[in-house]
Amino acid sequence: MEGFLAHLTVFVLACFVGWQVVWKVTPALHTPLMSVTNAISGIILIGAMVAAGIAALDLAGWLGLAAVFLAAINVVGGFWVTHRMLKLFRRR
Amino acid sequence: MIQLAYVAAAVFFILSLKGLSAPATAKRGNLYGVVGMTVAIAATLAVPGLTAYTRIAIAALAGGAIGALLASRVPMTAMPEMVALLHSFVGAAATLVGLSAHHQSVHADLVSRVEIFLGVIIGALTLTGSLIAFAKLRGTIGGKPLLLPARHALNLLGLAALVALGAWYVRAPAGLPLWLAALLAGLVGAHVILAIGGADMPVIVSVLNSASGWAAAATGFVLGNDLLIITGALVGASGAILSTIMSRGMNRSIGSVLVGGFGDGEGAEPGPGSAQAEAMAKGVNVGDVETAVELMRGSRNVIIVPGYGMAVAQAQHPTWQLVQRLEAEGVRVRFAIHPVAGRLPGHMNVLLAEADVPYDQVFEMDDINPDLPETDVVLVLGANDIVNPDALDKPGSPIYGMPILEVFRAGTVIVVKRSLSPGFSGIDNPLYYRDNTMMVFGDARAVVEAMVKELKGAPAHA
Repeated sequence: MEGFLAHLTVFVLACFVGWQVVWKVTPALHTPLMSVTNAISGIILIGAMVAAGIAALDLAGWLGLAAVFLAAINVVGGFWVTHRMLKLFRRR
Repeated sequence: MIQLAYVAAAVFFILSLKGLSAPATAKRGNLYGVVGMTVAIAATLAVPGLTAYTRIAIAALAGGAIGALLASRVPMTAMPEMVALLHSFVGAAATLVGLSAHHQSVHADLVSRVEIFLGVIIGALTLTGSLIAFAKLRGTIGGKPLLLPARHALNLLGLAALVALGAWYVRAPAGLPLWLAALLAGLVGAHVILAIGGADMPVIVSVLNSASGWAAAATGFVLGNDLLIITGALVGASGAILSTIMSRGMNRSIGSVLVGGFGDGEGAEPGPGSAQAEAMAKGVNVGDVETAVELMRGSRNVIIVPGYGMAVAQAQHPTWQLVQRLEAEGVRVRFAIHPVAGRLPGHMNVLLAEADVPYDQVFEMDDINPDLPETDVVLVLGANDIVNPDALDKPGSPIYGMPILEVFRAGTVIVVKRSLSPGFSGIDNPLYYRDNTMMVFGDARAVVEAMVKELKGAPAHA
């Protein structure tokens, strides 16, 4: 329970930080904002790596491995497509 | 040591989002995100007990290759689908990691059982909801809402069954209730999104963006990993803000959007010939390309209002040519973007940027509305509800209260549209009947191309 409360504290504080930071994002960049959040929510990759890499290749290991595969699509695809979009924005 | 690396990664992710506050710093922001991710992955490789590097590398490289393929090929017009698809992968990964955690070890304490259960169902909801949104945006399934007879009762029943399965799992953590819950949550997610009309998709994609963040955060709770919790919370908050902005732009609450059943997303468009006859009969000013061009070149300033119709017609490139021609004749031209123009927040800005329009020539609604009364000509390209004056002065109208671009205050409004048919909300637009409005019927791309040709052909005013 104590561990949970510590995590909850982190969670609540991070929600506030996100709320503050994202309101400052210019509306013109809302689509790149979505794709970059796609990429960073691929951070679930590190959880998937632990799930896939510690156990033997049993059911739990395979489930973790499938998650590694999907999360990696997000990480690479998200950052790449964000880069492609941001490259288009130019000043007069 | 690993913890320190995770703290660093979290800071990089925050800096990444902060970078997006202006186009000038945005590329660096994306780079910060890449650095944060690299640090996090490298640190995770050092987790004690983690040994199966080969199989992790194979799965990650295969996924990475597919991600690269998708990202390098997707056209900018298809960005809404791409984003929806990526949300579904986060949901799927969250469900899989939750299930894996369940099968990994015995979960003696109550809290971790609740965490696993929530992680699995939030992930499954995100997965199927996003897949349906993807199919709708792609046009694989129509934008029309699917309205089953007792859909609200079905959703409530599903919710009640999920609570029951949750109670079962927490009391006796077996695989059966957990997998059943994943399946049921998946069905509920799909059903909820199926009932939502195509026009509400900007809100829905934002809500699913948020959901993918909460799914990642829930996985963080399952694994006791603060970096996942922080990152998930950042993404969840970001999606929540976008949802708020989008629903404000449509003057609807997020709740009413999620209830569904609004609009069919596809208005039937008759051919241009009949449209013209019908419009003339109704006393609408119908003009041709030549008159429109004369009006624009004879003015000091022009504001272009692009809508979804411009994106559908792929008219953004010829539009930029039109702007350059007008500027060559001394006309000041700017773009005005409504927050809900398009199918994704900010989508119109990306499409204009791709057509080479400089971002400092593109303005947000609140910044440009004060300038409209002093504007000679407004050119509306494939937009409808976002310029409907009923939103300001007709209390009974379904869109009353929605913020609009007040184009009717300008000297002359040229509306390029295929017909007089109403937009997704199914309401007539009095803008078309005003004395200072001129309708030019036709496909946005064809009309704009004809305008460019007209400007090329005729000599400039002395």
